[in-house]
Amino acid sequence: MNAEVIAARFRFAVNVLPKDGILDPQGRAVEQSLPHLGLAGVGEVRVGRRVELAVDAPDAAAARVVVDELARELLCNPLIEQYAIEPLGAISAARSGAGG
Amino acid sequence: MSVRVGVVVFPGSNCDTDTAWALARAGAEPVQLWHESADLLGVDAIVLPGGFAYGDYLRAGAIARFSPVMRAVAGYAADGGLVLGICNGFQVLAEAGLLPGALLRNRTLRFVCRDVAIRAERADTAFTHRVPGGGVLRMPVAHGEGCYYADAATLDALERDGRILFRYVDAAGSPAPAGDRANPNGSLRAIAGVINAAGNVAGLMPHPERAADALLGSDDGMLVLRSLVDSAGERAGMIQHAVAG
Repeated sequence: MNAEVIAARFRFAVNVLPKDGILDPQGRAVEQSLPHLGLAGVGEVRVGRRVELAVDAPDAAAARVVVDELARELLCNPLIEQYAIEPLGAISAARSGAGG
Repeated sequence: MSVRVGVVVFPGSNCDTDTAWALARAGAEPVQLWHESADLLGVDAIVLPGGFAYGDYLRAGAIARFSPVMRAVAGYAADGGLVLGICNGFQVLAEAGLLPGALLRNRTLRFVCRDVAIRAERADTAFTHRVPGGGVLRMPVAHGEGCYYADAATLDALERDGRILFRYVDAAGSPAPAGDRANPNGSLRAIAGVINAAGNVAGLMPHPERAADALLGSDDGMLVLRSLVDSAGERAGMIQHAVAG
């Protein structure tokens, strides 16, 4: 019996932003620089972080579960940040499994 | 036999040697605890020193949380062991969920490095019993992410339960609100340090080990470190006594 599993590699971005209502000094600093550019009508600037990664998994749904756990445990501090997962598609098929 | 206090060394820790020196001055035998080892070497208390553990990448303290030593420290704390986090060590404890709240980027966006005045809000803890009641301590801060944040319900609970351990105070001794220069980072409710519900884990942003001798401008930090060393010694003595009895 061949135990090999056909998996694919799925790419994601995790976009992390300060939670609504949390002071965002970086966003405020950017916002305060806008008048120097002569720009009007631009506001609500929030500065966050984008993390891109790839996950080997049997399917996209399983990959997303891994990304969600990673986002909650490490990439985002839920006390102060929120995140959104953005699927970037499967990039290649990879073979993996116990049989090697 | 002297009290053995572990000082955790992460890649990027930079106050570990100062902390060990100050702990020795407080009467302890400092013991280095390497981040890759989960063996706490039987120490009587643990200090997480200042620095930039794992480069402070992602968020200050976020990656350190998953190191082997921190998994051991979490178990040590759960068993009632004394743990003090200083500056980056406080950030690590907050990220690890061993202390409430989070440390945000300073409101000014600037790294702040200067002396501040803090008041011990409690003098009956393992970390402050040597501090004269209501005493104001002078010691330096040196951080870019020290703005204490927790939601309003958590802040109310901390106040109610006496878990705010240190506050930044102005020249008049009053808590310094965000925006006041005496509050160096914009911390909510002037919080400079907190303690957990069980009373065995505490953290603060100012550096007691940098105020460990009059030659440094202040030796007020020794009151905190001596409190910790005394408490650890008492606990170790109690355990030995129990075994002997």
